Amino acid sequence: MSLHVLKAGFLSLIQDYGRYGYQHIGVTHSGPLDENAFLWSNRLLGNHYNAPQIEVSYGAFSATFLEQTMIAICGADLSATLNEQAISPWRTYAVNTGDTISFKAPVTGLRSYLAVKDGFAVDPQLSSCATVVREKLGGIHQNGAKLSEADMVPYASQPHVLVKHGLVKRVPSQFTSTYPKKITLRFMPNISQTSAGERALKTFIQHSYKVTPNIDRMGYRLSGKVIDTESSGIISQGISLGAIQVPKDGQPIVLMRDRQTMGGYPLLGCVCGLDMGKLAQSLPGTELSFVPISVEEAEAEWIVHKNFFGV
Amino acid sequence: MNIIRLSENTFLILFEQVIDAENFSRIKTLVGKIKQTMANNLIDIIPSYASIHITFNLSALSGIECQQQLEKLLLSTDSDDDNVQSTDVIEIPVYYGSEVALDLSYLAEKAQVSEREVIEIHSSKVYDVYTIGFAPGFAYLGNVDQRIATARKETPRKKIASGSVGIADQQTAIYPSESPGGWQIIGRTPIQLIDYQRENLSELSAGDRVKFIAIDKEEYIRLGGVLPSEITTNNNTVNNPQGDV
Repeated sequence: MSLHVLKAGFLSLIQDYGRYGYQHIGVTHSGPLDENAFLWSNRLLGNHYNAPQIEVSYGAFSATFLEQTMIAICGADLSATLNEQAISPWRTYAVNTGDTISFKAPVTGLRSYLAVKDGFAVDPQLSSCATVVREKLGGIHQNGAKLSEADMVPYASQPHVLVKHGLVKRVPSQFTSTYPKKITLRFMPNISQTSAGERALKTFIQHSYKVTPNIDRMGYRLSGKVIDTESSGIISQGISLGAIQVPKDGQPIVLMRDRQTMGGYPLLGCVCGLDMGKLAQSLPGTELSFVPISVEEAEAEWIVHKNFFGV
Repeated sequence: MNIIRLSENTFLILFEQVIDAENFSRIKTLVGKIKQTMANNLIDIIPSYASIHITFNLSALSGIECQQQLEKLLLSTDSDDDNVQSTDVIEIPVYYGSEVALDLSYLAEKAQVSEREVIEIHSSKVYDVYTIGFAPGFAYLGNVDQRIATARKETPRKKIASGSVGIADQQTAIYPSESPGGWQIIGRTPIQLIDYQRENLSELSAGDRVKFIAIDKEEYIRLGGVLPSEITTNNNTVNNPQGDV
């Protein structure tokens, strides 16, 4: 009735779509860093969009299935194997009792999503089981702990006939990604009083920026041409997903799913929700170019995406 | 006041960029109205010193519709008299003893007042809870009397005990859980500021009013307060990338 974790890897976390409605007491949204890959995993299995999965970052994870079921893996290619046979992301697999899945090391991308039919059965905390280590919220022990060796992650067994004769489902290739080393991210510029200013925006658009090794679920620090801002700080305000902040050193930070609810640095804008997954999958050294788009355009795309996945 | 569309599903209402009680009372009124009017279409709301951040349900409401609703609310608030009902004052007991008040003597020296005066000044005022952020239940209170307003530490501490009461410029706050931080620590409360098992989760919310009550060591222990063990962690330091706390 469980997935038995043999090796937990660097950062393997239970995630659902996120924890909403608690930002006013300082609780972050959390949820999958690559929403596209997460939603595809659930869709392939016919799961509810919010069904809990394991987000495996960087690899070094292996676990044994103690019940038969169907699984899906989407997102990064972390050289995954099933019983030591190589398997590729963006499709479903049938697994039997005793089968062992491993994610070794990144080939392309950083984060892979492992879903089981009907989702992992994890009790929610503040209406979500998304794991946030620093907030001590979510996960199988409801204390924010990342997965560790010997953990048992519960899920329901599936009927033999479904597993044996279940159809393999694949994500159509136009929706998959191999996460190239040079990408373009679209963003909605901020032109309010708390913006970094027009000159800063110009610098940001005209130059490319590199992903530094300083990346985590809270934020991705970038490096490149120094951005001069009109002020060094603003009065702390609520921060959106994808907000691009410019701290005093002029090197931008993009804020991710586990960001703090408040921030006090001038802003360049917000990376489009649909492009955030691409950034989350970027290895240090990836070259990023930013192009401005209108919020209406981003909204239209977002609605199509939400309708498609039933979010 | 103006309404800024930040992203697909977020707006920011920006007020005059100053930190004062009058500005904040307008924010308080508007937050109440937004919650009431938007109801289920509101996913999250973060009131702050001089802004309100809103996440709305894009599946139920388009960006333009949300903007129109907010504009309407702003207009109705403008014409109001801003007569917010006075809120009860929440009393928070604080032990200002030297075992827990790591920076009290430094702050007193810097402010050129006695330690006792620092305590008196800090505990005599009623503070507004401007916002909750940084960590679950972390309440930013203001404004601290100019006489004891002191800048953050140059190098933040790696570990600050849960319940620690600190000062940073004209703000004061309580660390709801153990975390790194750079505020000047002048005392500790035995009260649990955040508890995920409790119905109200966070002891404080934006808009609340707070007064600190000085208590002695016995009372502090009686209320469940803990004293540091022999090993102090005063000198450890850490990078604090957000530079916020």
